[in-house]
Amino acid sequence: MSLFANVVARDLRLALRQRGDAVMVVLFFVLAAMLFPFAVGPEPNLLARLAAGVIWVTALLAVLLSLERLFLADFEDGSLELLVLAPGPLSLTVLAKVLAHWLTTGLPLIAAAPLIALLYNMDVSALPVLALAMLLGTPSLSLTGAVGAALTLGARRGGVLVPLLVLPLYIPVLIFGVAAIDATLAGLSARPHLLFLAAIFLVMLVVAPLAAAAALRQAVE
Amino acid sequence: MSLFSGRDLVCVRGDRRVFAGLAFDLPPGGAVLLSGPNGSGKSSLLRLMAGLLRPAGGDLIWDGAPIAADPEAHRARLRYVGHLNAIKPVLTAAENVAFWARHAGAGEADVGRALAGFALTPLAHVAGRLLSSGQRRRVALARLLAAPGEVWLLDEPSVGLDQASLAHLSTAIAMHRAAGGRVAVATHTPIDMPGAQTLALADFADSVPLTVGSDW
Repeated sequence: MSLFANVVARDLRLALRQRGDAVMVVLFFVLAAMLFPFAVGPEPNLLARLAAGVIWVTALLAVLLSLERLFLADFEDGSLELLVLAPGPLSLTVLAKVLAHWLTTGLPLIAAAPLIALLYNMDVSALPVLALAMLLGTPSLSLTGAVGAALTLGARRGGVLVPLLVLPLYIPVLIFGVAAIDATLAGLSARPHLLFLAAIFLVMLVVAPLAAAAALRQAVE
Repeated sequence: MSLFSGRDLVCVRGDRRVFAGLAFDLPPGGAVLLSGPNGSGKSSLLRLMAGLLRPAGGDLIWDGAPIAADPEAHRARLRYVGHLNAIKPVLTAAENVAFWARHAGAGEADVGRALAGFALTPLAHVAGRLLSSGQRRRVALARLLAAPGEVWLLDEPSVGLDQASLAHLSTAIAMHRAAGGRVAVATHTPIDMPGAQTLALADFADSVPLTVGSDW
């Protein structure tokens, strides 16, 4: 089995045996989204207008919650040293861990998003675009988050630092993710926004594993 | 005959020079025993040898070529057992060893034999979180046998081991050396390694601080 598949398989198996972590992220996503109607009132048109923004903002926060465990357990139990010492590029190992992270957080969030969309009375016609936008956007969240998580390893209170580092970088995904849905609801094409999301994903796909790998090397030194 | 050697190595941690002018030779079948008080740089030297740390001066040489020229090849021949055991609490002992065996590109063929080498066969399907600290140490050491590697770097491998396990460790090291492998061990408890070069790190201690601090 290749280095890449080996790490993905291990992280998925770990996630499966510690299901609580993944379930917590989705529960946070749903609960946080459900708070808004209590705050802004139950007016259906208002909620429908807010839906896209609420889904994306709470999804960002849910991903943030899960970032700390991306490298921290491996760092603390010594696995990270061995991963760094393994033959083969470290950035590939990072990519494998990010893929496993996305499969256990991004994918469940995408599955839960239509539920919130319906609760918010969002027009059903926008659901496919919502799913597609999240499919293109959430991998970027995991990739960007990996850089933040790697940089804060070994720092005191790293968990608090990650949001400060990562949230500003999430803004482009947020903007285009919401814009794609708003465009569809307004009868316009979502294509340009989706293309931007895809472009951000491709850039991060190249940059993030390299940056995170460099940060991890620093962390184990 | 390839030779793994260090020349004139200098290690700096923080603003303290841990050791300087250190040299070692590790021919096939050779062993180096690192001894010295706490903080004398045993672990740092092993991490230098592994490539986790970069030497502040001097060279690490494999077969006449500096290791920095081809770190990938160097990592492929290393097996490192550090202070931490790298054991996942939710995976069984066998799964933990198998993961690292696959990661070293060796497949799972030798996992059973590796566990047996440290008398872990009855514990193969016990989750990592249920193992005692000595048993965890043995699982970490079993990684060495699950994937062949030419150079073993062992940092306090005997911590928490009972007499029987110490004997297993000595046997494993002896067999590894008999097959042409090399070992560098940092330890406080005596491990039986005939013909090992002893490196007393205190001899290379460098008391001159890099920066002169204030009086207090």
